[in-house]
Amino acid sequence: MAHTLTFTFGPENVSQTPSPYDEGAVHDSFHQLIQEQSWLAEQELVEMQEMTNVTSRGRENLAYIVSPARQTEACEAPEQTEEHPGFSSATLRILASMPSRTIGRNRGAILSQYYNRTARLRRRSTRPPLQEVSHSARPSLRQLGIDLDSSREEEDTKRNLLVKELQSLPASQRVNMLQAMPLSLAEKRSLRQDSSGHSGTLRKPKTTAPLSHCSRLKYYVIIGFRNLWYSWLSFLHTLQPWHYSLKQISGRFGSSILSYFLFLKTLIMFNLFFFLILLVFVVAMQAAYPPATPNNETFTGLEPLTGAGYFSHTLMYYGYYSNFTLNDPCASGSNITRCWQSQDVHLPYNMPLAYLFAVGVAFIVTCILLVYSMSRSFGESYRVGSASGDLAVKVFCAWDYKVIQARSVGLQSENICTQLKECLAERQSRSHPLNLCNRLQRLVVLLLAWMISLGTVLGCVIAVYYFSEYIHQVHHDRLTRSMQTGNEALLLALPLLVSLINLLMPYMYNFLAAWEKQESPVLEVYIAICRNLILKMVILGLLCYHWLSRKVTSSKIKCWETYVGQELYRLVMMDFIFTLLDTFFGELIWRIILEGKKQSKQRPEFDIARNVLELIYGQTLTWLGVFFAPLLPAVQILKLVLLFYIKKTSLMRNCQSPSKPWRASHMSTIFITLLCFPSFLGASIFLSYTIWSVRPSEKCGPFQSLATIYDSGKMWVTQLEKSNPNLTWFTWIHQHMIQNTFFLFVISGILLSVIYLNIQVVKGQRRVISLLKEQIANEGEDKTFLIQKLHAVYGK
Amino acid sequence: MGNKQTTFTLEQLDAYQDTTFFTKKEILRLFYRYRDLAPQLVPPDYTNKPYVKLPYELIGSMPELKDNPFRQRIAEVFSEDGEGNMTLDDFLDMFSVMSEMAPRDLKAYYAFKIYDFNNDDYICKSDLEKTVNKLTRKELTPEEVNLVCNKVLDEADMDNDGKLSLEDFQHMIVRAPDFLSTFHIRI
Repeated sequence: MAHTLTFTFGPENVSQTPSPYDEGAVHDSFHQLIQEQSWLAEQELVEMQEMTNVTSRGRENLAYIVSPARQTEACEAPEQTEEHPGFSSATLRILASMPSRTIGRNRGAILSQYYNRTARLRRRSTRPPLQEVSHSARPSLRQLGIDLDSSREEEDTKRNLLVKELQSLPASQRVNMLQAMPLSLAEKRSLRQDSSGHSGTLRKPKTTAPLSHCSRLKYYVIIGFRNLWYSWLSFLHTLQPWHYSLKQISGRFGSSILSYFLFLKTLIMFNLFFFLILLVFVVAMQAAYPPATPNNETFTGLEPLTGAGYFSHTLMYYGYYSNFTLNDPCASGSNITRCWQSQDVHLPYNMPLAYLFAVGVAFIVTCILLVYSMSRSFGESYRVGSASGDLAVKVFCAWDYKVIQARSVGLQSENICTQLKECLAERQSRSHPLNLCNRLQRLVVLLLAWMISLGTVLGCVIAVYYFSEYIHQVHHDRLTRSMQTGNEALLLALPLLVSLINLLMPYMYNFLAAWEKQESPVLEVYIAICRNLILKMVILGLLCYHWLSRKVTSSKIKCWETYVGQELYRLVMMDFIFTLLDTFFGELIWRIILEGKKQSKQRPEFDIARNVLELIYGQTLTWLGVFFAPLLPAVQILKLVLLFYIKKTSLMRNCQSPSKPWRASHMSTIFITLLCFPSFLGASIFLSYTIWSVRPSEKCGPFQSLATIYDSGKMWVTQLEKSNPNLTWFTWIHQHMIQNTFFLFVISGILLSVIYLNIQVVKGQRRVISLLKEQIANEGEDKTFLIQKLHAVYGK
Repeated sequence: MGNKQTTFTLEQLDAYQDTTFFTKKEILRLFYRYRDLAPQLVPPDYTNKPYVKLPYELIGSMPELKDNPFRQRIAEVFSEDGEGNMTLDDFLDMFSVMSEMAPRDLKAYYAFKIYDFNNDDYICKSDLEKTVNKLTRKELTPEEVNLVCNKVLDEADMDNDGKLSLEDFQHMIVRAPDFLSTFHIRI
């Protein structure tokens, strides 16, 4: 036997602070393994018994003895002979108990890994760095000095150590650690029981020593909060609307189309938040104190579509809101007789300030929420050094477990098959690059396609500009001649044109893309999004310019803000109607045509990118219009809820699962970035320009008779200073920080330097990753070398 | 707390809440799903912790699993006996890991075990071939399957031993942001 063999290794170089990178040292584990040989000889008897007891489960290789369960101590039988031909049994036995072979099977290995993790967690009081948590799956032998064997006493020791570590963690961290452990539920429950120090219940401690009142109180408070938190989670879960609908959709169509509906849900949340703030601080207050002048218009049926007429003098638009303190009868100037008595106003509510601040605060909080969700989504989807490795990721991560309908599962298999074939073909074509002629041809086609698309954008923009000028002129003429007939219908013409352009141009871009024939479908999607986005944003930019230009703000229209609010309302309604039309014709009628004409089972596909861009467009309109029409978020919420049901029904009846690959989390990040950058940023710029530079109308709204809307804020600050001389610091802040641009430059400078630092950190991480990869490859070579040497020694 | 159910004691529900990613309502809902598979085998009252194991055929007939090509492996990995016969604990554990709240590392660990058909803690070439065949329903030719497996090993095997260890797998999963959303079963 191999007992007589002695190997001389250098002394173990025990480092004082163990780090996960040390665990790659295979040499030391061999040292310990070879010292265990005498123990191994005894185990050989046990192994033989187990080999006869364990039944193989009909797998192909009967030479393989598989471990029956993940909890039992499994001693692996000698490795399959075809992988290591000619190795002696002693070598194979040693190889079988290498640490890398026993990880994951042995409960002891898992427990010791988690003991180390919690111990490390405690030693540093902050969160452990990312590298440590994800990459070290090998137990660190250094800290414990325990051999990696599977005897029962060793396991119990490790388990006790683990329990002790868990006990020292705070409760929430303990729960998180328990939840994330890859052990069976029974095991976790017993660990929980032992580590919490109670017999399964966290309600009454059964400690022998009496607790002091302070710690008992603290204990009850913690338990109370925990129960509160769990009941809050359950409540949130019941609030989750559309859980079953989303499950149906994901079951049939997968994660890609699900991302559209999740995006829709996110938008509803944003709008709900906006609406609640405006409702509480602006709309409800004004509704409680209606203005003195009654509404002269009568309700005709056309109002929900045009937003004008009866709706012009309601809560919907800017013009309705008062410009004085609401419950102060002196301020309105209407009832002067009661004013000469100096009354104290109980809780005065300054409407203009409330209007400005409510909209401002809502925008700032929406900005913070958007940036936070964008950064979180970006953090999940972008990885340093993730350029290569397509095929492995496709094989292991492409199968969507959410898809449960049989036909969709079949389609998914076909999808993956096609993707794998494409990947293989791409690899082969990369080795045969295109010749010069083909490349030139492709370049010409690409340039031509872009020129056409940009040219059409320019054409549409010019058309919209001249049409809007024309409509404005006609409207103006009719107003001066005070003709009311047909006025309302005329107002719908411009939104009609804009929505028509937004509906038809994407189809044209689809044709262009089919003509272009890009190689990678991902690039196709990006280009389609880019073109659609340019079109929509340029048209919206033009309309904003038109509204804020001199012609509108100083023309005969009595209340230009209400006019702008109405325009935006009409755009939102038209957008909704055209989306309905598009769903109806694009999906239902197209399916009937396809089924009738081609007699095939092929159905139209749901174009995710185009639909998401439409959602972003609608949301941009809402954000542009919220200052001029405070109830617009409510309209948008209704529209989105209806859209959910309509799109879902149409999807279930008419569409088939997507045939192109779609990287769901990557695209979700792109969509939320698009929501933040062109959409929200554009709306904020528009709002800021309106507040800072445009003269509000004279006769209506909360900011009548002021030079700019921002003047109300300035007036308030000077009033504060006058009334309370102690608040000079506030006015100083206002003067030097908000109005002075130097402060903004400093902030921008700091931001830029932080960005630069992060870029350098990422560069450094990339370099470290490549170095580590080299190291791992070298270790692998060392291992094979040593195994050969071992075989050479034992084989004699 | 208003507790009108008699299936579990409060301590049991607390324990389940702490060790899985589900809330009390979801745990009860899952229990009813488990019970619906075999009402005559599963008692309605679990307060005295009966030992009930449902055979694999019933688990594999659930709508969430019945068309999944990996359903047998999933059941085997999460079952106590390794054959696919599941107790309630195994059932809850399975759906807890496959839910959207489970962290990436935990999912990667179990995904590795699922794709490791011969349970030797390595995804070797034969495991890869079986995975690819199950994914594509044997639509690819054997040469193509071979090419795919070789390329996967080229890309993901870092220590060049011809098979993927758990670390290789986890390293590859870290580079796949979609993994969290695809390795997810809605129940």
